[in-house]
This record gives sequence, structure tokens and C-alpha cells, in this order.
Amino acid sequence: MADDAFTHAPGTGFRAGLRAGVPFALAGLVLSASFGVVAHQAGLPNIAAIVMSLVVFAGSAQFAAVAIIAAGGSLGAALIAAALMNSRFLAMGIALGPSLSGGPFKRAVQGQAVVDASWAMALSSDGSFDRYFLFGATAPQYVTWTLGTVIGVVGRGLIGDPNRFGLDAIFPAFFLALLISQARDPESRGVAVAGAIIALALTPFTPAGVPILAASTAALWGLRSRAR
Amino acid sequence: MSSAWELIAGCAVLTFAIKAAGPVALGGRELPARFSSVITLMAPALLAALVVTHSLANGRHLEVGAQAIGVLASGAVMFKTRSIPLCVVTAALVTALLRAL
Repeated sequence: MADDAFTHAPGTGFRAGLRAGVPFALAGLVLSASFGVVAHQAGLPNIAAIVMSLVVFAGSAQFAAVAIIAAGGSLGAALIAAALMNSRFLAMGIALGPSLSGGPFKRAVQGQAVVDASWAMALSSDGSFDRYFLFGATAPQYVTWTLGTVIGVVGRGLIGDPNRFGLDAIFPAFFLALLISQARDPESRGVAVAGAIIALALTPFTPAGVPILAASTAALWGLRSRAR
Repeated sequence: MSSAWELIAGCAVLTFAIKAAGPVALGGRELPARFSSVITLMAPALLAALVVTHSLANGRHLEVGAQAIGVLASGAVMFKTRSIPLCVVTAALVTALLRAL
């Protein structure tokens, strides 16, 4: 796979998205298998863990919610944690909104295709999104996210601790690869550094998820550069 | 667990609403041109935040563990080779090796 797989010309559509989404889908398979293991340990019935992946399809929120239940937390606390974990999708959805057409319900459903990697890859340099690329990139990730959860709850005895194999480093490595291949100009790199600093600075003081949402404010630097 | 289905329903509704909010509010609208560069820059900002929180945050604590070193090594490989598979394999391999020590 070439580095170019992470950057695409606008209008390349569903098939290009599909191809770009496959590596993330494979990584998601591993991550959702470990979600299956964790959900079982938290006392979630097998079928509930699988249904959760089917209808929620938001890894970090699922892990956060289940971890709180496992630690004896309340339902309300688990839901708040999940919502905060997902709050970055609010920012991503606002960015995506103008690129979607159709009625409110259709747009709401299309917005469900937003997951981190697909969103970042579908974004063009002019600030618009190729929505078919987005749908294509998310489709295989949705399939493997559910499939991996099934593997996790059924085969948890065989899997053991997936972190033993360093598999938990796969997702941040993918995000870093995506970042390095996309942020080629000094402005993007500067904003990336600022986003990282904001996220790290807030981590000790705010619930998980908030630092990531707050980091998106680093992008406001773009207002300044265009004002010149 | 009796609350499992409430948890799942709640998470599903919240996630749907959060992902739907932006598209419903702003769908089909033309944003002022100066905001297009803000949107473009949201990708590096969010990706960088995802990288550092995934690899350095353990709850509210920041720590440099095996995973952080693995991810750092993968970044060096990515810069050097521009190969994504090599980058990802490096991350897992270095992390696993450090944990095995």
C-alpha cells in the first residue's frame, strides 16, 4: 500500500474509499475483538456486546461505557462518558455538514458514516468532503467492527490479553501515519503540534474525550492565516 | 446484567444524535470561505490529539509506557519510509518486545 492511499483526489468515490478503509477495518477487527473480551469481563451478555457494536459502532465510547459499568459505576455515568468520548464527532459532523445534501433525516443517517479515519481521509484540501469516499471507507470498518466483537466474545479463551502482542499500538500508529501523510505543510504541522499540546494539557483535568474535542480548536488558526 | 440493554440503547441514541447534529444543522449550507481552512486544519488537530491520548493517557494520568515508545518508533519509520504497513507493524512489534522484557 502506497502512502498515497491516505490522500486522494476529490471525486474518487465509493470504491476508492473502500480500498482506503480496508487497513483500518483490519485494525478495527483486532480492536473490536478486544472489546468483546472486555465486555464479557464487565458482565455484559455475549449477545449484548455484539448488539452494542452493531447499533453503537463507536469504539472509544463503547470501551469507556463498559469500563465504567465494570468498575461499578452508574448507568448515567457510563452514558456521560460515552457522550464525552463521542464529542469529537460533533466537531467532525459540523465540518462535514455542508458537504451533505438531502433532507434532515437523510443527512442525519449519512452523518453516521463518520468515524475518525474515514472522516480524515474523505476531507479534501478545500475543506469539502467526498461523501461517497466516506461511505466507502466506513463500510468495511462497520463489518469488521461487528465481526471482531463476535470473535472476541466467542474466542476470548484463545485470545487472552491482546495487548501482549502490542496490538493496542496499532490504532495510534495508524492515526500517526495518517497525520504524517496528510500534514505536509508547516501550517498543518503547527496545528497538529498545538492540538497535541491542548489534548495533553487537558488530560489530567477533564474526562476522557474532552481533550480531543478541545484540540479541534487549534484549527481556528486557519481563520488567521486566511485573513492575511 | 439488567441495565445492559439500557446502556446499549442509551449509547446508540446518544451516538446517533451526536453524529447527526452537524449534518442536520449545516447540511447543504455554504460556509464562508474563510472557514474552509479551519475545517481542513481540523484533521491534523484531531489526529494529533487522537495519537497522543491513545498512546500517552491512561485515564487522567499521562505516562510513557511500551505503547508510547512503539508509536514513537512507528512515527520515525513512517517519516523515513512512508510505508504505512511498516509503520503499523513497527508499532506493534516494538510495543510487544518492550512488554516481553
